[in-house]
Amino acid sequence: MNPGQPNSLPNSFRTGPDERGHFGNFGGRFVAETLMPLILDLEKAYAAAKADPSFAAEMKGFLKHYVGRPSPLYFAERLTEHLGGAKVYFKREELNHTGSHKVNNVLGQIMVARRMGKKRIIAETGAGQHGVATATLCARFGLECIVYMGAVDVARQAPNVFRMEMLGAKVIPVQSGTRTLKDAMNEALRDWVTNVHNTFYCIGTIAGPHPYPMMVRDFQCVIGDETREQMQEVEGRLPDSLVACIGGGSNAMGLFHPFLDDPSVEIFGVEAAGHGLTQLHAASIAGGRAGVLHGNRTYLLMDDDGQIQDAHSISAGLDYPGIGPEHSWLYENGRVTYLSATDDEALAAFQLLSRLEGIIPALESAHAIAKVVELAPKRPRDHLMVVNLSGRGDKDIPQVAEFLKGEKK
Amino acid sequence: MSTRIDARFTELAKQGRSAFVTYVMAGDPDPTTSLEIIKALPKAGADIIELGVPFTDPMADGPSIQAAGLRALKAGMTLKKTLGMVRDFRKDDDVTPLVLMGYYNPIYIYGVDKFLADAKTAGVDGLIIVDLPPEEDDELCLPAMKAGLNFIRLATPTTDDKRLPAVLANTSGFVYYVSITGITGSASADSNVVGEAVARIKRHTRLPVCVGFGIRTPDAARAIAERANGAVVGTALVDALRGTLDAEGRATGKSVAAVADLVTALAQGVRGAKQAAE
Repeated sequence: MNPGQPNSLPNSFRTGPDERGHFGNFGGRFVAETLMPLILDLEKAYAAAKADPSFAAEMKGFLKHYVGRPSPLYFAERLTEHLGGAKVYFKREELNHTGSHKVNNVLGQIMVARRMGKKRIIAETGAGQHGVATATLCARFGLECIVYMGAVDVARQAPNVFRMEMLGAKVIPVQSGTRTLKDAMNEALRDWVTNVHNTFYCIGTIAGPHPYPMMVRDFQCVIGDETREQMQEVEGRLPDSLVACIGGGSNAMGLFHPFLDDPSVEIFGVEAAGHGLTQLHAASIAGGRAGVLHGNRTYLLMDDDGQIQDAHSISAGLDYPGIGPEHSWLYENGRVTYLSATDDEALAAFQLLSRLEGIIPALESAHAIAKVVELAPKRPRDHLMVVNLSGRGDKDIPQVAEFLKGEKK
Repeated sequence: MSTRIDARFTELAKQGRSAFVTYVMAGDPDPTTSLEIIKALPKAGADIIELGVPFTDPMADGPSIQAAGLRALKAGMTLKKTLGMVRDFRKDDDVTPLVLMGYYNPIYIYGVDKFLADAKTAGVDGLIIVDLPPEEDDELCLPAMKAGLNFIRLATPTTDDKRLPAVLANTSGFVYYVSITGITGSASADSNVVGEAVARIKRHTRLPVCVGFGIRTPDAARAIAERANGAVVGTALVDALRGTLDAEGRATGKSVAAVADLVTALAQGVRGAKQAAE
């Protein structure tokens, strides 16, 4: 793909990014000069790791014995009956060690950091799932871990803050800006600029400067690769549709990417519509436009002066005014359909799934379930729909309890 | 391309001294006071003005400049109004070089070609855009050169000899050496280490090299002026202004004078340098 031609259709949707980190018009390396040499080093180190069979073997071992992969592909029989349409399968990423898909990426990045000789790891976190995964692997490999978390999120995700501290990480509440995920990322970038000589920035999603969107995607593709194999085993064919929630979009890209070149597979990403798309929300594609933030060009929520706007979602993990650049590209070329679910729809799905399947999903994943509730009934009974159950909801119980108490009043 | 920046450095070379470069945030704490401040800068001894363009997410700036940007945005500042402020400044001053410093997104949203035309017309001489490394030169650097604006690149302690030629290739006006790895307003660099870094850059370019980040006092400004072609002070001026604001962050009668007085003191430091770098 040539930059500036976002709408020309490629032969394959899986070859990006180009050598400058562009997915069509999106992506790139919009960072301060201080970071540029390190980003180039990282690109080299990752390319070397990718080409080294011992890296893949080591990853495979840890994914199996430490993370607990492969995660099951589970037929959600009662939800399927309840919806009366497509056969719904869950990719059970919530069963991974640390409780979400985040660990797949963190394991990969920590392995790369070790190869680069970096001993100090920094991360940003929204809901705390990426922070917990990073703290966990830093504990496992004896690395220093500093997690930046917006002060608002520290308050609403208290269980995860405690988990990170228990694992030996230092959690720094970020008081600047809107005090959520975007500000945590700003603060992590400021730390990185300051401590560039010894620090590895472990980014939690498929955003940031090249090579992060590509590298994080590669580490998350284990989700889609397994799904493909498992569906082949159970049903003897490809799924017909895929559904996943999107903040930055790493769990979604991990599921989607291995299927992008299978035209029979319909693909749906679900953004957080917060209070609704005409009010405060976090749906960058539905309500934003292309701009440059945090090292890449992508869809962002902003005003007419290019100032970044506050996002809102009940889910801290989706509460970000941007989206990974590869999603922006897949939106513009039409390969993936982007939908959105409101706070209320996500809360309803959270409760529905808990009661029907005995699985309490993360509020993030509940956004995907909310759209399955709409999509599945419109499809035939032989339609195979896979939804990424990206995280478990334990962390959200106190917040949901508060919310439901408020509703009853 | 000869701009006010080139003319100013030629003139300073004749005088045998280094430049004093001042940074203030456009619209901090409000557009009217901010215009008064930039008008006062040349009289107080500023040789070059860097005007910060406010942005919600300034990832290379420390708490002082972050807060200044938010004050400006709260007071309704925009990129368009920043260009208007430059136009007003140019009514009385057609010689002091003025450089806009900020982040790419507001320019990208304004539209690169329209921005460059409007900036040139308003009387802007150069641009320092923190999040545009040479790898992204197609975005703004090359179009800016074509439009007759200097694109001033940041070089940092992590920019090694191998990378310097790429960083310097499309730079014009001057080179801005960031003396520390870090954000604005944090640590101060050892002036001898800075001197070595400036000498290293000068082996690769004939452009003037100005040094910024961590310079707060007249003595520090003098020490840098003896080792580089210019010393940049930003956070200290922003802090001086903040110190005069009332509880709601509004300007008071002392605001403009506080900045001007500090500029005068710092300018004396720069002028007291024994000898400027060649």
